[in-house]
Parts: sequence; C-alpha cells; structure tokens
Amino acid sequence: MEKIKRTIYIIAILWLRQIKRYIRSRTRMLGSLGQPILFLVALGFGFGPIFEKAGGGDYIQFLAPGIIAMTIIFTAIFSGIEVIADKQFGFLKETLVAPVSRYSIMIGRTLGGATVAVVQGIIIFILAVIIGFHPLITLSFPLAFVYMILIALFFTGLGTAIGSVLDDMHAFPLIINFLIMPLFFLSGALFPLKNLSQAINIAAMINPLSYGVDGIRGVLVGQVHFGLLTDFTVLVAFSVFILFLGSYLFSKIKV
Amino acid sequence: MIEVKNLTKKFNDFIAVDNLSFSVKKGEIFAFLGPNGAGKTTCIKIFTTLLKPTAGEVFINGINPVENPNKVRKLFGIIFQDQSLDDELTVLENMNFHGVLYGVAKDLRINRIEELLKMVELWERRNELVKNFSGGMKRRLEIARGLLHHPKIIFLDEPTLGLDPQTRNHIWNYIKELNQKKNITVFFTTHYMEEAAKVADRIAIIDKGVITAEGTAAELINITNTNSLEEAFLKLTGKIIREEGEKNIDQLRMQRKLWKR
Repeated sequence: MEKIKRTIYIIAILWLRQIKRYIRSRTRMLGSLGQPILFLVALGFGFGPIFEKAGGGDYIQFLAPGIIAMTIIFTAIFSGIEVIADKQFGFLKETLVAPVSRYSIMIGRTLGGATVAVVQGIIIFILAVIIGFHPLITLSFPLAFVYMILIALFFTGLGTAIGSVLDDMHAFPLIINFLIMPLFFLSGALFPLKNLSQAINIAAMINPLSYGVDGIRGVLVGQVHFGLLTDFTVLVAFSVFILFLGSYLFSKIKV
Repeated sequence: MIEVKNLTKKFNDFIAVDNLSFSVKKGEIFAFLGPNGAGKTTCIKIFTTLLKPTAGEVFINGINPVENPNKVRKLFGIIFQDQSLDDELTVLENMNFHGVLYGVAKDLRINRIEELLKMVELWERRNELVKNFSGGMKRRLEIARGLLHHPKIIFLDEPTLGLDPQTRNHIWNYIKELNQKKNITVFFTTHYMEEAAKVADRIAIIDKGVITAEGTAAELINITNTNSLEEAFLKLTGKIIREEGEKNIDQLRMQRKLWKR
C-alpha cells in the first residue's frame, strides 16, 4: 500500500512539473495555437463553399474535430523534445539517480504532456465554437473528451519514445514532421474518408489518428466512419502498446 | 563505505577505467585528482548507478549498485559536473521535487528545506525561478538539494568548475562543515590541485583510467620526493595541470554548454 502511495506521489510530482512549465511558458502556449487557428479559419472559410457545393455540408462542422485532434497531436508529440532537453541540460540525471522506477517517471511525464495537449485541444474547441462550430449536443463534449485523452496519451507516448532514443534536439522536429504530417493528412481530419482510393483507405485504416478524429467527430457532430466502439478499442490498444514501448525505451536511456 | 575492486569500464575499444581498486572510509573526504578525460566522471557514474561496469565490483555501504540500484540510490546525494536543476521551477519547487522523489515525508521536508536553504543562504530567494540565478547560486542550491534526503555519502563531480574563487571557497566550507557535523562521507573529483590538497583527507591521482598513487597530500609529496602536490602530480603522471589551462578548459566547457542551449 505504501509503495502504491509513493508511486502515485512520484507520478503526481512529475505531472505537476509539466503543468507548471506549460503555464509559465506563454510563448509555447500561444505559439502552439497559431497553426490550428490558421487551419481552422483559412481552410474552414476558404474551402467551406466548395465543400458545401459538393454536398458535404457545413465544412466548419466537419473540420473542427479534425483541427482539435491536430492541436492535440502536435502538442502531445512535441512534449517528447523535453526528454531530449532534460538529457542535454542535465535534469534527467536528477530523476534517473533517484530511488524510483523509471516506469513511474515515464508515466508521470506522459500524463503531464497529455494533460497539456488536452488543454490546448479544449482551447481550440472553444475557439471553434466562437467562429461557428455547433456541437451536436452540449453533453457530447465529455465523450469527445475521452477520445481527446486517448489521442493525447498515444502521441505523448510516441513523442517520449522517440525522445528517448534521440539525442539531437534539432533532429527531433524534422523526424516528427516527417512522421506526423502524413498521419495528419491521411486521418480524415481535412476530408472525408469515403470514396477514396484503396491505398489511401488502407493508410487511413492503419493510422491511429484516423480513429481519434473519427471518434471526436462522431460524438460532436454525429458523422462516424469506423464506429465509435471501434475507434475507442483501437485507440486504447494503440495507446497501451505505445506506453509500453515508450516505457521500455525510456528505461534504457543513458545520460 | 565505498569499496572498489578491479573496476574496469570500456566504451567499445576505449578503456575509460582500468582495473581500479580502492576504498573510502565512513566520514572521510576523498578526492579523485586527475586531468580531463582521466576517468573521474565515469567512476562517479558507475557509483551512482548511471553506468554499469564492464568488469569488477563496487560496494556502496556494502551494497552492489548493479544488483540493487534503488537501495544504493537511497544512500547518496550527488552534485553533477553539469547543472541538473530545472530552470523553469523555483528554488522551493526544485527542492520539493527532489524530496518527493526520495520519499521524504512532507513535515520533515518542509523543515529540512528551510534549514538547508538557510545554510546555503538561499532562503530569502526561495520563490524565485532558478533561471535567474548565477552559477554559484545554482551550485549552492544543488548542494542543498543533494542533502535533503540526508544521504550517507555525497558525490561531487567537479563541483566548483567554472566558479569564481570566492564561491569555490564558500562551497568547500559548507561541505567540510557538513562532513564534520553530520559525518557524511564525501567523494569528489577535481582537477584543481589546491582544492584537493586543502579539502581532502586522502587523494587518489588518476590518469588514463589508472590510479597512479593514493594517500594524503603530504604522503604523495613524500613518496615522490617533491615539494608540492603539483610537482608530485607531474612526477606521477608526467603532466602539469596548470591554472591557465584549467581556466581555458573551463571556458570551453561553459561555451559548449551555452551553444547547446
């Protein structure tokens, strides 16, 4: 019992550290909202009339869940760069010589990064509502929140896993952009997954983000491609896998 | 307190530590004196569970760090060569973070943090972000943090590197006081001759991963039949650690750190 209590304290203090660093970095907070706002406004209003003429309905309604997911994945995965920063600036050594399991360190960090990502997602959700997005029913938000958490956990875990094996802080954004952009564009965030070529369909099906976007869109606007239960199950499976992989790679870090 | 038997560490073909054997008694201040790249930091990393030895054994208070890393981690405090504080947190937050990691109970933690921060003269600045501090203040904070869980041993890896003489003096006074008052075993590495001579009870001269001599400063001078520790070092290693050289190396290290940021 004492051991469990101590592990919870350790996870909590690592979570709190991430939150404090986020709150104190206004540049990071505002900077990471810039791109999603641009996508939401420029694409939403730019492609809106064409999308509507093509019979797709209100594009803001379609796009907003995708942009919420986009905000979460970028914030979540970029939290992995903090692992490299902590390796380079020495703070990681402080945690690695402490008498605690490396798994609890990894879980604390991941939960902190995921919380920050979800908060950013909520901010974009509020901004989307301000510019004209209408969720199906107000109560659907708590359910969307579940999908947001799962996306955040998966991508924070992925970021931590990549950050654990990389030492070069400059290489991290390049690798992440190379990895994330295809995941984002092939997730159905910007266009519907119906009537697409077989290749894109397969790519979307093996893309964990597709299920996250589909889940959020399903509960917020009622448009589902894979099915809400499928979305939930696949996201949980991906998240559990990446958290195990991330924990393993984190436990192998050398400083 | 520290027992090292035939310790070897290789990085591919490079031998960083070559068959070292020595011991440090409880309550002793022990110095590893050697030039850059001698293997000092590698040894500290092995003692503090950050690296595993290629061969040989280490016992910290009778416990092997490879077999029982978490038990060993509870025994020591460490001040790394490079800074290891979180600059975006305040002094109190850094201390609390450390306290939670080491399982120091809340009531105890509050009292100890106050006591330690007063000792290193940072109590008045406890709510300030660490990023606004000078190098000397950060070092003092790291020392206070390293002592928060009441370690039996404290490892200091070049603790005064890049600091001005006044701050260096200040820091060594704290450490000697702690050693005397709390009987803490102190193991430090340095390439400053005068620091080793002034602070350490015993000194081991290390070069290219090998201990070339071990003893008090007076013993090292006697066995080499020289007049100073610097001359003894020269005779034992064939090298001079000059003050000018140290400063240049320090400056290069500091610049490297700045470029990294």
